Amino acid sequence: MYKYDQFDQSIVDTRVEEFRDQVQRRLAGEISEDQFKPLRLMNGLYLQLHAYMLRVAIPYGTLNSRQMRMLAHIARKYDRDYGHFTTRQNIQYNWIKLEDAPDILADLASVEMHAIQTSGNCIRNTTSDQFAGAAADEVTDPRPWAELLRQWSTFHPEFSYLPRKFKVAVTAAEEDRAAIRLHDIGLQLYHNDAGELGFRVYVGGGMGRTPMVAPVIREFLPTRDFMSYMEACLRVYNRYGRRDNIYKARIKILVHELGAEEYARQVEEEWAHVKTLGIDPPDGEFERIAAYFAPPPFETGLSDDVPTDDPDFALWLDQNVKAHKQPGYAIVNISLKPVGGIPGDASSAQIDLMADLAERYSFDELRVTHAQNIVLPHVRKADLHEIWQKLDEAGLASANLDLISDIIACPGLDYCSLANARSIPIAQKIAQRFAGLDRQRDLGELKLKISGCINACGHHHAGHIGILGVDRKGTENYQLLLGGSGAEDASLGRITGPGFDEDGIVDAVERTVEKYRELRTDGERFLDTYRRVGFDPFKEAIYG
Amino acid sequence: MRILTGNDLGTGDVVWWTGSDWSRHVSDAVDVDGHGEAIAAREEAERRVNSPYVIEAEETPQGPRPAHIKDRIRAAGPTVRPDLNIKPADPAAGSWVI
Amino acid sequence: MADDLLRFRDDAPHEEPAVTLDAFLGQSNATAVRLESDEDARKLIPQLGQLALIEIAFPKFRDGRGYSAARILREAGYKGELRAAGDVLVDQIPFMRRCGFDSFAPEASIDPAALERALGRYEHVYQKAADGRSPVWALRHG
Repeated sequence: MYKYDQFDQSIVDTRVEEFRDQVQRRLAGEISEDQFKPLRLMNGLYLQLHAYMLRVAIPYGTLNSRQMRMLAHIARKYDRDYGHFTTRQNIQYNWIKLEDAPDILADLASVEMHAIQTSGNCIRNTTSDQFAGAAADEVTDPRPWAELLRQWSTFHPEFSYLPRKFKVAVTAAEEDRAAIRLHDIGLQLYHNDAGELGFRVYVGGGMGRTPMVAPVIREFLPTRDFMSYMEACLRVYNRYGRRDNIYKARIKILVHELGAEEYARQVEEEWAHVKTLGIDPPDGEFERIAAYFAPPPFETGLSDDVPTDDPDFALWLDQNVKAHKQPGYAIVNISLKPVGGIPGDASSAQIDLMADLAERYSFDELRVTHAQNIVLPHVRKADLHEIWQKLDEAGLASANLDLISDIIACPGLDYCSLANARSIPIAQKIAQRFAGLDRQRDLGELKLKISGCINACGHHHAGHIGILGVDRKGTENYQLLLGGSGAEDASLGRITGPGFDEDGIVDAVERTVEKYRELRTDGERFLDTYRRVGFDPFKEAIYG
Repeated sequence: MRILTGNDLGTGDVVWWTGSDWSRHVSDAVDVDGHGEAIAAREEAERRVNSPYVIEAEETPQGPRPAHIKDRIRAAGPTVRPDLNIKPADPAAGSWVI
Repeated sequence: MADDLLRFRDDAPHEEPAVTLDAFLGQSNATAVRLESDEDARKLIPQLGQLALIEIAFPKFRDGRGYSAARILREAGYKGELRAAGDVLVDQIPFMRRCGFDSFAPEASIDPAALERALGRYEHVYQKAADGRSPVWALRHG
């Protein structure tokens, strides 16, 4: 993975001192909260429901054991001994003191981490495929371009006061494991018919109040034109994105209102100019970055057999362990969704354990997924049983990857001042209703996503089953959506009808999945059955 | 009743106006009647509080109970981590919030 | 207001008042123009040679359109004074300098010590912009 050179380190260190200065000026009253707010947001520091909340960047979801241990340290020293992994591959701490924030950023900088631009109307963390560098189906590792984006977007002087936040995701496989079409810009690397490597560029996806699946803006962008084209995309947005209404300020609204063709035309026009400016880094810079993402020194001649006489291990193996492109290796998915637990949360002890496992068994590398789970990307099959035992001791061996209890949930009203309803207790009740692993496995792949408000941080529009918490005359109420997908077959969920209370929603989910079981044909996931039979049979089953 | 709340500037703690000071306990909050905005402005200008605002609450024998569940969660702590609540050992906390 | 003007140029401040964009495009001999945040800087490009001062409005510091306008003008070869006017705060000035602004007319006064710290703070920048600073990738590869 990428390592900072003196320039990267200097920038991050300087940022710490700049923020220390800004905090001091705030505490001394030299700047008001209104003036300070965008500055602290650009360092990922929110004033949230219970305290200040800090969102630390985990660039494209990749980190090593040293960094993971620092995240545990921060949880212990400055917070309440746990962290929350998010749907953008970042980590959040909920009980931060403003007074401590500069020291926390200094600690992060010491391990090449930061909280830069994890909030604010700027370019946020670029996310990527959690299986990058390990999956057999990728055409190349997408992360060098994600790293190029990280550097290009950091303190970009023209794009730090955009109309609204800006989120980019990049993948390099046909299977979309990063929900790229639900991002402001989604990039898919592929080879065209001439064998050249380039990007399919999607612009204008997003969730929130007005969810949209991004259209293709450019079918093929050669990799050598990447940086200048991105600059053109952002410049058009910065100039013409709406600034009159915060709910109409994302680029998806601009693309929708102009039409994809017109937006693309404006980008081409701007790009014709921008590409003459010499802002593209030389090939040598890409090669320098890409070298950090070379495959680790895999052993060869390893066995692909995994003895599975332990039935619990066998279940976990079947559900959570995915194929690796290198013979003898596997990709381990660590579920942070134990039944009854808080989705995406990990204690400092668990974080330390995962760091140890990565260091020992996964070439010192971990990934955070947008489904709020953790990945050990490069594990020898021979080590799987030992890893599972250690995970099991730490409560990290739930064999529920992509099953109904592997729920994506935003923090909701328990933590977030934007929320209208609590999301975590709903996730817990649903997981408990379907606690039996046999039942879950019988239901199969079922991506259930819960948001506590219309901002959709729980990605409910992209859930096979989605739940949206609303405020109905002062009481929490939950709407059910069906048929969303964040994969390459991207679709937006459809609301079924009137909402339910916190117990009613669990029953409604159960009626939904029972209807699926009744109607499914062999091999069909819930999403497949829904798409085949349509909305009406489910609506009937839910409301009678 | 109307009570005034905000966050401590340096620590981020949720705080409640007691009539003379800021307390971490909503039970110490007083009715600010129509004076909330004026108190808020003065206290914020002096940096004794950050981002204060007025909320509705009902008077109860245990003290003010914010009218909206969001404010009750803010007063007590996350419902899913009772161990992190302002009164972790309080068995009545759950029903007070919900 | 002129007392609060912050300039990073060697020449004397331009005396002539700035006209609106509409007035400038309608009239042939103005040498100073003011661009509102929603106006298109490219409309000035055909007549850049006659301009000594372009002022770009920042009605609210969150409105970042002026950063693009400034870069566009510098990219078009404009060498005159490029001024950011309005809700300009010390923490935004370094970005504004990078985009090509060389004078500032902030509504609220700026603490000179804070400004000096802000401007001198970052030794390195990642991007090529309008200020001529070498981006990190150029330093890495000569």
